[in-house]
Formats: sequence, C-alpha cells, structure tokens
Amino acid sequence: MFNFLHMCGLAAEATLSTTASWDLYETIQALFQAPSYHLVFEAALILWIVGLLFTKSYSSKVNKLTLTDKEKADLVEEWQPEPLVPNVPEDDPELINIRTRIVDSKLGKYVTLNGQKCLNMASLNFLAMVGKEVIEEEAVKSLKKYGVGACGPRGFYGTVDVHLEEEEKLAQFMGTEEAIVYSYGFATIASAIPAYSKRGDIIFCDEGVCFAIQKGIQASRSKVKMFRHNDTADLERLLTLHAEEERKDVKKARVTRKFLIVEGLYVNYGDICPLPKLMELKWKYKLRLFMDESISFGTLGKTGRGVTEHFNVPIDDVDFISASLENALGSFGGFGCGKSYVIDHQRLSGLGYCFSASTPPMLSQAAIVALDLLKNTPDMVDRLHANSAYLHEKLSRVPGLRVVGDTVSPVLHLQLAESDRKRASAMATLRCIVQMAEEEGVALVVASYLEKDERHLPPPSIRLAVNCDLDEKEMDRVVEVIDHACLASSNS
Amino acid sequence: MEKGERLDKNENKNNCSLRNGLIPNSNYQNHYLSREKGDGPFVLTHEEQALKASAATSDHDENVDSSEEEPQHEIVEFFEETPLWVAILTYLGYAILILFGHFRDVLRNWKLEKAPVAAEPNKEGWVPLYQSFESFYTRNLYMRIRDCWNRPICSVPGAEFNLMDRETPDHGWTFKFTGGTTKAMNMGSYNYLGFAQTEGLCADAAVEATHKYGCGMCSSRHELGNMDIHTELEELLANFLGVEDCMTFGMGFATNSMNIPIFVNKGCLVLSDELNHASLVLGARLSGATIKVFKHGDVADLEQKLRDAVIYGQARTHRPYRKILILVEGIYSMEGSIVMLPEVIALKKKYKAYLFLDEAHSIGALGPNGRGVVDYFGCDPKDVDILMGTFTKSFGAAGGYIAGTKTLVDYVRHRSHSACYATSMPAPVAQQIITSTKIIMGLDGTDDGSKRRGQLAWNCRYFRRRLHEMGFIIFGNKDSPVVPVLLYCPAKIAAFSRECLQRGLATVVVGFPATPIIESRARFCLSASHTKEMIDKALAIIDEVGDRLSLKYSSMPVPQFSEKDEDFKKR
Ligand SMILES: Cc1ncc(COP(=O)(O)O)c(C=O)c1O
Repeated sequence: MFNFLHMCGLAAEATLSTTASWDLYETIQALFQAPSYHLVFEAALILWIVGLLFTKSYSSKVNKLTLTDKEKADLVEEWQPEPLVPNVPEDDPELINIRTRIVDSKLGKYVTLNGQKCLNMASLNFLAMVGKEVIEEEAVKSLKKYGVGACGPRGFYGTVDVHLEEEEKLAQFMGTEEAIVYSYGFATIASAIPAYSKRGDIIFCDEGVCFAIQKGIQASRSKVKMFRHNDTADLERLLTLHAEEERKDVKKARVTRKFLIVEGLYVNYGDICPLPKLMELKWKYKLRLFMDESISFGTLGKTGRGVTEHFNVPIDDVDFISASLENALGSFGGFGCGKSYVIDHQRLSGLGYCFSASTPPMLSQAAIVALDLLKNTPDMVDRLHANSAYLHEKLSRVPGLRVVGDTVSPVLHLQLAESDRKRASAMATLRCIVQMAEEEGVALVVASYLEKDERHLPPPSIRLAVNCDLDEKEMDRVVEVIDHACLASSNS
Repeated sequence: MEKGERLDKNENKNNCSLRNGLIPNSNYQNHYLSREKGDGPFVLTHEEQALKASAATSDHDENVDSSEEEPQHEIVEFFEETPLWVAILTYLGYAILILFGHFRDVLRNWKLEKAPVAAEPNKEGWVPLYQSFESFYTRNLYMRIRDCWNRPICSVPGAEFNLMDRETPDHGWTFKFTGGTTKAMNMGSYNYLGFAQTEGLCADAAVEATHKYGCGMCSSRHELGNMDIHTELEELLANFLGVEDCMTFGMGFATNSMNIPIFVNKGCLVLSDELNHASLVLGARLSGATIKVFKHGDVADLEQKLRDAVIYGQARTHRPYRKILILVEGIYSMEGSIVMLPEVIALKKKYKAYLFLDEAHSIGALGPNGRGVVDYFGCDPKDVDILMGTFTKSFGAAGGYIAGTKTLVDYVRHRSHSACYATSMPAPVAQQIITSTKIIMGLDGTDDGSKRRGQLAWNCRYFRRRLHEMGFIIFGNKDSPVVPVLLYCPAKIAAFSRECLQRGLATVVVGFPATPIIESRARFCLSASHTKEMIDKALAIIDEVGDRLSLKYSSMPVPQFSEKDEDFKKR
C-alpha cells in the first residue's frame, strides 16, 4: 500500500532541499524510465534536470574500470561475503532469558515465572491494569463483535469505530484537540518525528532518550545535536551556538525547522525532564517541543495526565506529546496528541500509521476501559505516588545499592554503589541478584539495552517498576529480598 | 464493450510507446509472460538451468507429501501499457485539477473562500511545521475525494461488513456521522483466508487466552514478556514454514524496520525492489547500508546490479561489499504481482548474496499448503536466508515473524530492536495465530484449511478471468488474491469507489502518490470467505460501473487460463 508514498516524499524533499541531490537524481531517473510519450509530455519541464542527470551518469561511467569478461568472472568467483549473522554463544544472557524465563500466567501483580509464583516488580504495569477483570470482559465482548485482527490499515477499512472512540477519549483526557493512535507503542514516536523533521532540519535532543526516539531521529535524517541528560545549561549552550550560525546564514535559517525532543519521564533514568525551563527555551529559541510520555502518561500529575500536569504547564504549549498504551494502560499500541493541524499531518505522513494494519479492536477497547478506570479512580495515581516514594525511601537504605530516579517516578533504577566496576562484571552481579530474588519469589529484571546500538549506553541497573496495588507488606518484602540478595552477591 | 471497439483499440496499440522498465515484462511479448515450468518452449538460459536444478532439489522437501500435488502451473503475469489517449486524458485531468487548485488557493489567500481545516497559525519567526507545498496536493486533490478512504466500519471485516454512514457538508473537509450504517460486500480488507471471524475455533481460543493471560504485556521479550504461548507459537510456525526456528513480533511494519538494520550495516549493499513496502525501505535506510533499487520484478536488472556490485565493489573506494542483501516481497500489494522466486534464488546463489523475502501478503494465501510463494514455486524454504511475514492478513491477527536457521533466529533474539525495546505480542493475538495456523496446516483434524485455500485459489482465477473477459486492464499474477483494476483518470478514482459502494461493494482505490501518477487503480482483495454468488454479484457491479465510467480499456487478447485446474486443490 502506498508503496510510492516514500518515493514521493523523496521527490518532495529533493525539490525542497538543495542538499538532496542524490534523491533528485533517483527521482529523475524514474521519470526518465517512463514511456517516451511521458517524456515528451514532460520534457519541457525537466530538460535542465535531464542535463544534470546526463552529466552525472557520464562521470560515473568514466570512473568505471574496464575489465575483461574473464576478469569479471574471476571477481564474481572470488568474492566471499561475510556470514549473514554471527554465531550467538549459547550462554548469551538474552538468549537464556528468552528460552528459560517463561511466564505462564497474566503479567499482573503476581506472575507464575518458571512455575513459581513471584511478585512482579519487572513489568511496567504501573496501574495494575493487566489482570483487571472488567477490562478482559470488555475486550472479550469486543472480540465477539469484531474478531481479533482489523485486517487492514486505517486508510483501507481498518478504521473501526472503537479506534475513533479511543482517539476521542484520549484527546479528551489529555485536553488536546486531537489524538492519533498507532498500533505499536515503539512506532508512535519513531514515526512521528520523521513526519515533520526532514533532511536539513535540526533536532536538539537529550542524550538519555529511549531507543524509539533515537530511531525516529535517525529515520528523519535531520541534523542532531545532543545535550547532556537533563542539563538545560548545556542545551542553552548549543542553542546559542546555533543562533550564531543562524545569524550567519539567514536564508537557511528561514527554512530550517528546529525541534527539541525529550522524554517526559526517562525510562532509562527514572527522572523527569525540567519542563518549565525547557518551555522557556522553546519560546526563546523558537523550537518545536516533542515529548514522549510513555512512562509519565497515567503516572505523573494529580490525575495521571503526565508531566504537563505535574508542572502545571498548559498542554497546548507542547507541540506534540506521544505515549505508549502498553505501560500504564496495560493494552497495546501508542498515541500522539496535540493541535489538530499537527496531528492531522501524521494521518498522511506517519509511516507506522499509514502503512500498518490498525490495532486489533479488542485491544483498543481494553485501552478505552482502562482509561475510563483511570479517570474514575484518581486514587490509583495517588497510591502509585505513595508506593513509589515508599519504595524509594526504603531501597535507598539498602547497602551496596544506589537508587536512581525521582521519588515520584514509578520507575526506579538500582545501580551498584561501587561505580568503578567494569560493565560486564556489574551486569553479572546484577543478574545474580535478580536470580536470587526470583528464588525468593520476587521477579526483577536487569534493564536490557542493545549495547552496540545505543547512542549513549545507560549504566547497568536493575529496573524496578512500581505497581499501585502493592501494599506495605509486599513492598517491605521486596526490600528485604533485595537486601538479602545484595548481601549474598557481595559475599560470593 | 463491443468487439468492434476493442479492435479499434487494438490498432491504437501500435501507437503506444512501450514503457522501458518501471514495470516488469515491459515489451509487448513479455507483457504476457507465459512459461511452462520445467520444459518450456524457450531455450533455457543459465539462470533457468540453475532454476531447474534448484526446483529439482526442492522436490525432496520432506513436507510435500506427494509429487501429484506439485502444482503444475504456468507463471502468468499481466501488465498492459497505458493507452496513449488515456494517458493524455489523465494528464489533462491533473492539469485541470492543479489549475483549479491554484485558482482556489488564490481565492483562499484573498479570504474569498474559506478552507474549513485546521491550519497552523502564522507566527512571526517560526518556520512552518510542514511545507504548504507538501499540502497543495492534499488540499486541492485529496480533500475532494477524501470520502473514499478511512471509511470507518463497525463490524468484523469479514466477507461483508457494516460501514458507518457519514456525510460531508463541505466537500470532504469535515465529516459528520449520521448514525446509520450500510452493509456492503468487503473487497478491501486483507482477509485472504477468511479468519476475520467472531466465532469458530479461533475466536473461542482467543477468548480463552484473554481470560488466561489478559490483554497487555507491559514488558519486552528480553525482560519479562516471555510467555509459554509465544514459545508454542514460534515452534508451530517454524514447523509450518519448514525452517529450523522462528521469532514473532507485535507489529508487521516494525518486524521489517526494526530487524533489517541488524543484518546489514555500513559497507554492505541492499538491493531493493523499487516497489517494496515502506517498512522495508525504512529498515534498509536505518541500517546505514548502501541501497540500490532495481526495477520491479526485473530479474535481469537485478542480476546486472548484483554483478556490478560484486565486480566493482563500493562506490569510490571500490572496496568489496561486506555482504549483499536482496529485499523482495512475495506478492506486491499494489501490483498483484508475484516475485519470480526461483530465479531470484538462482541469482542469489550465483552471486553469494543473501535473500530477505517479505511474505506479508503471500503467507497462507499462496501455495498448495499455504506456505506462501516458497510453496507456490515448490522452492526449498532453506534457500531463502530470511523469511519474513505478517499476521495481519491471512491469519486475521496482528504482528510479524522472522524465520530461518537456528543461528539466524538466535541472533535475532539476541539483537533485534523489537525484542529488546518493544512490548511483546499480546496473548489473544498470539492465540489467534496459533489456532489459524493449525487450521491452515490441517492440525485441527478437519479439512477447513485446505477448503479455504481451495476457495481462495478458485476465487482468484475466476475473478481475474471474468475481469479480463469484460475488458478491464488488470495487473498481476493469475493466482494473486490482490487484483488491481486500472482507472487512470483522477476523476474516476472517486467515481468508481462511490458508484461501487452505492451498489453495495466496498473496495480500495489508490492514486498518486501510492501509484505512478497516471496509474490510479482500484484494488480488490479476494477472500476465502467470498462465495461464488458474492463474486458474481461483485462482478456484475464492477461490470456496470465499468461501463458507466468507460473503464474497459484493454486491447489485449483475453489470456487463456481457467479456474478449472484449481479443482484439485479443493479435494
Ligand atoms: C509487504 C508488507 N510488509 C509489511 C507490512 C506491514 O504489516 P503490518 O500491517 O502487520 O504492520 C505490510 C502491510 O501492509 C506489507 O504489505
């Protein structure tokens, strides 16, 4: 579907940007291959471009070596590619994890992990939506009405009334004009960024952003400037430097969009972005602020409306907010919200929106019910905050560990206190703690990163996710188990 | 259309210039590509000999029960040049639309006409969030006919569905729901095997899985999102596909875009079909590898580019490429064409390249056992290095898979972006796939799966043959369930869609930029849930609308194939 949209995107970009001469070249080549009457028809328009094409292809031919057929055949014979994939050793921790750490129950507050009942401190089920019977009942009702899959993208009969309701309710809850749902949490921000930020544009981005944002930025092919994690002074430094450049090239500045991309609550660090200060910079330097609230949505603010509510910043001042529905709401997919003119643009240019089948209606229904629950029981969020603060306080007293993250954050990172350890050895110790905790009936998880692919690899840690339904006894037990495991691992 | 008229057009044909490239089989002889598998009437080239050899080895595939089942099909792909006068009229249509667009933009600028759409307030010193240039097309061409897309439904997307009625008081700028619904025949959803069902084995199993596992996961595969249901699904699929191992993901699009970058990177070459899906293009782009595009379905062009790449190496440095990955799809969803897999396999063997095959539309829908193009051509799945597919189509679920050798899949498990950072597949969805796969494989103890396949195969041939006989220009392989009917003129896009819907047939229409500018088309997706009566009804509607809009452009002889030889599949 729309197999050509990307090509057209290239074409549009090529016309807009002077640097995109390669894209231009490809586009023109496609035109060149059209039937001759097309050419005749369009010749007047593209004559000068054809000239360009001609010189290009000419010069590339000149560069080519002249080889005899024999030599060519030999070269084909001789070339040996690298293997497609390397061998992964059998003791690779991720492999072992996928093969042997298997859950055969709901991923609720308690899980059955390898046949043993464990208290779940690992999955991002902050509001305990996974395991709520009301949600399952409604999802099943929806399944009996719509089946499982939607069998098509939104444009081609994949829009089900449930999706429309979901978008409306999300927009209403967040207090924005419009919302758009994606069928995968990861794809939301990763598709939204390249929908606006193009080659030639510039993105200022926090170093600590999650992988989805990193991929979105990469797909946009814009220029990226990274500032130190949550360091607004560093950001301002970059901004003044850039303002300097702008003054030198006013013409370019007039067509260069500037984006500021941050996370509301950083999943990799458990801290909140300094939104008020960022707003100030946004207005001062005329930046578009995109914020991913995958963790903060449903967990921060008095009623779970996220970072804007937490800081009491008008939500309309943030240009675009995205969030995953896979965490607090315990469903599937993601959404973006903002002004209509912002959101509407994605309906034709968000790759993950246009080119992928829509969310199974039953899962959208689950998100709707979960959202209603969140709206009608605001004490869920209070309980979550209380639990986060409690665990934070207790865990920071465990010797040998350092707790990283804000006290309101439902995501806590437990790092080893001695920070000079090698990564591999720290990881091994953390894994050992997780293993011991599991034996004691507490499911933990070492935060998983692709070490070769992350731009800025966060330090190794155990990532703890707080659940609003935990009671004091359970939390005390968690602390106790971690304490024991820590002690045991440092002795061994 | 009358015979006489068709003849007239035949004469016209000589005036048509032939299209070089862009679409395969570009010269007239090849338009009508018909080749006997095995001993064809042509002299065999090297590739074809290699192809024969590979076909011969694949006969030993242990999972194919007997040689009688070996499909004895000819490979027939259709493509017809745009008639010259149609092309001129189409360009004229666009010219008028663009002229009017500019005129109305002027009016809007002078505030004589109001555009009831949310626009960015003009703020001093801010660069517009997106170029108004980008939205000229949207504003002036797309808006007028926006009612043909995003039509909301309020029932299961089965053989028939209910559309929510909407009306637009301002020609497409805004829509209001009237509250009513319209029942229509569904030829728009990718429900190839008819598994979009609210009852039956699949639905029952999915309900049970919802009760057992809940809806959400809140964790990734590298962390705690590993359920026994995933293991079961992956074992079953590996078995179904005839490979060693398999891994599944929550979204088909992301299966491509988040996994291709782990196979290739800088210093590697990706050879990508020009009509590849956006997810493949994005994946290739994210990988950082050099990307070269070959003409759609054109094996000769692919060979040329492969050969050049191996001989000359990387541009400028001439260092040899580290590896070369060919990206192709099984069935192309806009063309209805099927990749010439045996030839591509022969090429990739000859030049030691690797092959990534996206079976999004073909898995389940093609082949005597439903195992996609690999099965359709009787190839060995082990000859394809990376098998990819999605569950949104034939399985009536969501998500995608990567399958291949154990080494490959272990590496995917270890390194996939999706496995590490994205939430794993929800249990009800996984269960839907498990049950539908079991039905396809016949493990449910009934012949439901083979009946569905038989019905779909029959529907494809029958529907396509009848459309050819009516004189429409349609593209693609005779066995492909995706049937594009060419409309050309921009005005006919909306007219066709609306007229069909009025008569109770919902279909997909696509124009630029999803297709080349003059090749706007309607697309029908056939399903095993369509009965012959439904297909006949749909054909009658298409016939009538085709006459009203004079869409019967074809001047080629009606191809000779029939649905009769599909009978063996019905069993
Ligand atoms: C070839 C191809 N690959 C991948 C996809 C994406 O699949 P999904 O809809 O499951 O995200 C599609 C769907 O349109 C497709 O046609």
